[in-house]
Amino acid sequence: MKSLKFILAGILFGIIMSKSEAISWYRMQEMFRFQSFHMYGLMGTAVVLGSIAVFLIKKFYVNDYTGSPIVIQDKDKGFARYMLGGTIFGLGWALTGACPGPMFVNIGHGYFGMLVVIFGALIGTFLYGVFKNKLPH
Amino acid sequence: MLELLKQPWPWWTAGAAIAFIMVLLLYFGKSFGVSSNLRTICTIAGAGKRVKFFDFDWKAQRWNLLFIFGAVLGGLISSTLLKDDQPLQLAEATIADLKAIGLAFDGQLNPGQLYGTAAIFSLKGFLILILGGMLVGFGARYAGGCTSGHAISGLTNMQLPSLIAVIGFFIGGLATTYLILPHLF
Repeated sequence: MKSLKFILAGILFGIIMSKSEAISWYRMQEMFRFQSFHMYGLMGTAVVLGSIAVFLIKKFYVNDYTGSPIVIQDKDKGFARYMLGGTIFGLGWALTGACPGPMFVNIGHGYFGMLVVIFGALIGTFLYGVFKNKLPH
Repeated sequence: MLELLKQPWPWWTAGAAIAFIMVLLLYFGKSFGVSSNLRTICTIAGAGKRVKFFDFDWKAQRWNLLFIFGAVLGGLISSTLLKDDQPLQLAEATIADLKAIGLAFDGQLNPGQLYGTAAIFSLKGFLILILGGMLVGFGARYAGGCTSGHAISGLTNMQLPSLIAVIGFFIGGLATTYLILPHLF
């Protein structure tokens, strides 16, 4: 059960992302061209409901399943890394039509080209690790 | 019931379900964020011996690898048991715009012109996919998270850095859409 619950959560994630077509290159184009409400509605609903949940978790000091308090880490302060990193991410996101979650879900659909994308993403991650100290953060 | 699940799900059901997954992972004592797995995989491959950034105890991230393994299975289930034979209902305006830049809409989730076998094994197609992946991987780690870590986990926790990152995601996405894609096909 210790491992199984994470696999089950992942399966649910994969099904949701597939059946809502949020793993589709075409849907990303529709979004970046502002021609459909679909992705905005999807993200908007997730953020609004998620915010309410996080607010309630903090207000009532909700514990996790082990009984320890749920702690949500704040992101480090900064601007350059978020703006520059975010923009670089976005360039690749619209090109491949997939952010990291959907890359893996697409493998399950038999889109083996996503293996090339994931391999590229691993190289990109490695390069960040190499040049980390030379970049503005 | 199964017939209902096979159809494309409306955006609000998927949005609610993604919020549910984020809360579920918090309840499991974890934080929703997929791109950290890329760093973990680099570490497992031995990158920690050369680069300090990858020198960490990856076993604490084992749960997240199980999560993406589940995500692959979720994709497999959706493309078999929950398969929907209808073509994707893409906006007419998008179909027309893509046609104008030389990309034909084929009704699949992803275009054959990018993800078909012929495309993957052509030099141009391979370079597009690998360079696109590199930008995503580099950018996600530089920004400290991707769509799940920033747009969901960060924004729901009212984090200004996440809002800046999401704005960056869009600047990059719009630049590719309007400046790069028109020259690729």
